[in-house]
Amino acid sequence: MSRPTPRLFFRSVLATGLAVLLLGCPGCTIKTSDPSGSSASGTGGGSAALSGEIVIDGSSTVLPISAAVSEEFNELHPRVRVPVGASGTSSGFKRLIEGTIDIADASRPISQSEQDQLNAKGIEYLELQVALDGLTVAVNKENAWCSALTVNQLRELWNKDSTVKRWKDLDPSWPDAPIKLFGAGTNSGTFDYFTEAVTGTKGNSRSDYTQSEDDNTLVADVVSDKYSLGYFGYSYYEENRDKLKVVSIAPGDDLSAAVEPTRESVENGTYAPLSRPLYLYVARKALDRPEVVQFLNFYLSEEGQALVPQAHCIRLNAEQLRESRAKLAAAAPSALR
Amino acid sequence: MTSSPPPRLLSTLPQRHSEGWVFAAACRAAAWSSFGFLTLIIGAILFNAWGLVDWRFLTSYDSRFPEKAGVLAGLLGSFWVILLTGLFSVPIGVGAAIFLEEYSSDTWLTRIIRTNLANLAGVPSVVYGMLGLTVFVRMFGMFDRNGLVHRLTGHDVEAIELLGLEIPLPFNRSVIAGALTLTLLILPTIIVASQEALRAVPPSIRHAALALGATRWQMIRGQVLPASVPGIVTGVILAISRAIGETAPLIVVGATTFVLFSPGGIDSPAKVLEDPAALARVPFDRFTALPIQVYYWVEKPQVDFQRLASAAIVVLLGLLLALNGLALFIRFRYQKNLKW
Repeated sequence: MSRPTPRLFFRSVLATGLAVLLLGCPGCTIKTSDPSGSSASGTGGGSAALSGEIVIDGSSTVLPISAAVSEEFNELHPRVRVPVGASGTSSGFKRLIEGTIDIADASRPISQSEQDQLNAKGIEYLELQVALDGLTVAVNKENAWCSALTVNQLRELWNKDSTVKRWKDLDPSWPDAPIKLFGAGTNSGTFDYFTEAVTGTKGNSRSDYTQSEDDNTLVADVVSDKYSLGYFGYSYYEENRDKLKVVSIAPGDDLSAAVEPTRESVENGTYAPLSRPLYLYVARKALDRPEVVQFLNFYLSEEGQALVPQAHCIRLNAEQLRESRAKLAAAAPSALR
Repeated sequence: MTSSPPPRLLSTLPQRHSEGWVFAAACRAAAWSSFGFLTLIIGAILFNAWGLVDWRFLTSYDSRFPEKAGVLAGLLGSFWVILLTGLFSVPIGVGAAIFLEEYSSDTWLTRIIRTNLANLAGVPSVVYGMLGLTVFVRMFGMFDRNGLVHRLTGHDVEAIELLGLEIPLPFNRSVIAGALTLTLLILPTIIVASQEALRAVPPSIRHAALALGATRWQMIRGQVLPASVPGIVTGVILAISRAIGETAPLIVVGATTFVLFSPGGIDSPAKVLEDPAALARVPFDRFTALPIQVYYWVEKPQVDFQRLASAAIVVLLGLLLALNGLALFIRFRYQKNLKW
């Protein structure tokens, strides 16, 4: 018999296929990065030819600003793509360490251990303040007694060993009713910042409160319960101003010095200690690419900064903005400035 | 002479009747309540989304202005992810089912495979997300700087070019990584459903085909597969419908939240004709998906965006209904052709 049996035929086909897959790989080349490690995608020169991809990830508080800047930048440079993720401040830093993103959005400064990990990988970064946020403590609209708190009271209320269970534990003249607490989940930069600002120690927060990563839920919870108290980003207070009662915060022990969070008091720094800067952490290597430098220039330009209030965050004051611009100018290669 | 029932049964008859009535009423209430909740949810969503789903909404990208924001990026992202998921999962799933039902004998190995499939179908989806992140997105860090490949070869491999198609390694947060993860997620469902469909084909059909001299392959191709297509398609569509709505694994695998482009830059059919090569870039591009966009909008402080989220849910539901309609159609067609 000259013809192979079907069984044999199928086997030989299978065997050749496998062999090709394992050994040959016809028409297949392997691309490696050149030793200098630069994979610049922009063509440089005139901004009309600007193209490439700038990958941003991190804080969901900074996301609205970065998204707005990305949207406007896209109008100017349609060939530059700027996807923005919102996996959280810590995850953003993790991906910066992995080297898979160009810019990390952060609602708190980078931690020592994160710095160490970046150093270990030889990744340099540039820290830029881009906006401010005022963490807002709010209570129910029907709450007639509490309109201001001192930081000491907040510490008493929120620290890990807190014994405050009822409103009268904070102030004897207040009602003898259970205090219901709502706040950020432990994954968020908001939680980290609030806890450290109020108690002075990282992670020193009580855990018997309702946690949510979704600030809308927190707002709804505070709105629905007369004896509630919660904290969240300023934007969520601003959007729900008529449904919430804001609590003024006094830095020390003197209630009369309490300051209400407003755009002005956050910007000029009198709303302390719950005003916080919002950051971009840029991988230094990315600054070799013209589209990244252009994007950051736009972020810090008057046009870019005008988007900050639209994203319900608070603008940097003049001095902070000047500082950020100077830092960027010093870090960007002179040819691209 | 008629025998009358024992008096004990007669005396309890009214009570037993009322028990039966209570049971029937409970069942009826159960049926109606599920229907009621569904109507309530869909009603609330439609109420919120009223007037928002229009052509502009379907063909615009996201924006910080609710009146300019649209779902195009999510819609196309979901489309490509699901298309690839289908391309990967159907051949593998149906193939595995055919092997298990038609070829394998009952050995300890196939028993292990079967038990595992049943268990895998119950694994929470976020676990598949973690798996996808390690295996597809990062590829165990093999291609990192100072990763395994670098240590073995001394090169930083960034991509391989296969038949003119450039495949970046690792896949990173791309469409293909999302699709492969969802494939893993729905494979058990597809395999189990296909097995059921194959099992429903009467053995006499197989015996008849073999007795007429057909080979096993001819029997499967000519008789068993056509007869089981309706069941297989139903299983596949149900599984894919589940995949469309999945958020958790896609968040872990890294669908991006805010994007102003579609995979491959294809935002209209005309683009495909203009630049067919763009199709090859689709699998390796960044993406967002409808459920991710819903999630992002719900979290925004502005009420308008929460209404937009409802509108996006309506689009998602529309997609699901269209898929289910397709399943019904295919079922109907193939069942009509069955002539035994």
